[in-house]
Amino acid sequence: MGLTVFTNYEEVAAVILFVIGMMNLLLQANLIKKIIGLDIMDCAVYLFLAAKGYIEGRHAPIYIDNITDASYYINPVPSGLVLTGIVVSVSVSALMMALTVSLYKEYKTLNLDEIMMKLRNEESEELGKLTYGDIMEEEQ
Amino acid sequence: MSKRNPDYENSKWQHFAKWCTGDYDPLEGKMEIKKPAKSNNGNSFAVLMRKMWFDKVDQYELGQNKNLSLFNKAYIGISIILGIFLTILLLVTVSYLPEFGNANAPENNEVAKRYIEKGLEETGAENIVAGMILDYRAFDTFGESCVLFVAACCVLMLLKSDKPEVSDTYYEPGRSAILRPAARILVPTIIIFGIYVVLNGHISPGGGFSGGAIIGSGFILYLTAFGFERAGSFLSERFIKIITVLALTFYCFAKSYSFYTGANHLESVITTGTPGAILSAGLIVYLNICVGIVVACTMYSFYVAFRRGSF
Amino acid sequence: MEVLRIILLLFLIICAISVSFSKRLLVSVVIYMAFSLVMAIIWLILESPDLAITEAAVGAGVTSILFFVTLKKIRSVRTETSASDIK
Repeated sequence: MGLTVFTNYEEVAAVILFVIGMMNLLLQANLIKKIIGLDIMDCAVYLFLAAKGYIEGRHAPIYIDNITDASYYINPVPSGLVLTGIVVSVSVSALMMALTVSLYKEYKTLNLDEIMMKLRNEESEELGKLTYGDIMEEEQ
Repeated sequence: MSKRNPDYENSKWQHFAKWCTGDYDPLEGKMEIKKPAKSNNGNSFAVLMRKMWFDKVDQYELGQNKNLSLFNKAYIGISIILGIFLTILLLVTVSYLPEFGNANAPENNEVAKRYIEKGLEETGAENIVAGMILDYRAFDTFGESCVLFVAACCVLMLLKSDKPEVSDTYYEPGRSAILRPAARILVPTIIIFGIYVVLNGHISPGGGFSGGAIIGSGFILYLTAFGFERAGSFLSERFIKIITVLALTFYCFAKSYSFYTGANHLESVITTGTPGAILSAGLIVYLNICVGIVVACTMYSFYVAFRRGSF
Repeated sequence: MEVLRIILLLFLIICAISVSFSKRLLVSVVIYMAFSLVMAIIWLILESPDLAITEAAVGAGVTSILFFVTLKKIRSVRTETSASDIK
């Protein structure tokens, strides 16, 4: 086991950001904050990829004075991957926000638990049954 | 057909099969938020339902159901334990990775070397990343532009409303003394900078994605400052649809032609030119313009869809 | 340079934590905007100017605008329903 944990600051920060984003997804009830959590997770993955492509003391992948020596530039592959990822992530978050707005129009709340509860009540109302809570009370 | 197990209907396997098809829920009736007891005095069910719908959140006290509060506590605890476990696992993985900035790391292999050494000669683009995503992996970028187009279509469908909402102009600044004069100066500057970033995508940092986003934000500022009537006069739904589809079609056919001539060693009309000039690097300039158009239109239509529901 | 890197990464983590604990949604969105902007600087330090310019335009610009418009839409829906309740 190497001790690169103490020198790879970018990777360690990416791990922590990933876990923070995932905790946001798991523990926040608010839908907007869940979307921000997913964006933070995206950023963590991009940070990890870009940190893997960096090489100490080399230059950005743009040809200077037509030097085509591979030991002069950093690795361009992660940059290309992340560039496409960033733009897809914005369309994903726009789609999620559109869904959130539709949910809010229907249920008048951003809290996921309340939305689930109202959904269940709606279903039971459609079936002409009592709510589950009523059934429990009758049993008691 | 004899049933060996007379209690087959209640066997565990049958429960599992029902659970898979969605007929049976073991937590049904145990994990619900119960209605409070005080609102139950003599009211009919319909009144109760209406109360639950329109009254405030405080009505559903979570403490009413012991199972539910227990479940919530267990959920939070398990989530935190999972988070700590995942952090430790990933940190151990990081400790086995090569050092930061190490040139001999396994990911700096012959692929990157090939892109850097032959990129200028084969694509003619000074920006290696632009040459990579718009020449070697151009069909990947084409798929991504299609993703953007589909996302814009989905958002427009989800937020479509036939009648323009009354409250849309409620929060608008109206005749703002700051916004309009500032927009008069800023909008042309932003759009010209975006066009510069798009056109120089192959010789400097930038390209279709970033330049398109800059142009799109210029359009958004114009719409915010001058309202829907003036912006809609040239950025109509029809115009945006036509220009986006044209850009995507041109991208698809241009790159198909390029791959066809490249793969069969036919003479291509478009040459790589001298590196560093605007009209060099073969198709990359035109493909950058196409991507820029798609991204700018997508960002603008996202904003319009959220603001009004339709153009 | 190493100190700058550590400070920027710490800032990222603090931003990410304070997003989760802020009470108002508008504050969370503004903090996320700052997060994206610092991310753009980190891309520049990692020698990827393409990513920096894209992140500054897309992450800090367009995403935040979309979040603001979403919040505005939600508020307009809320005022509409409260107005109809009074009637």
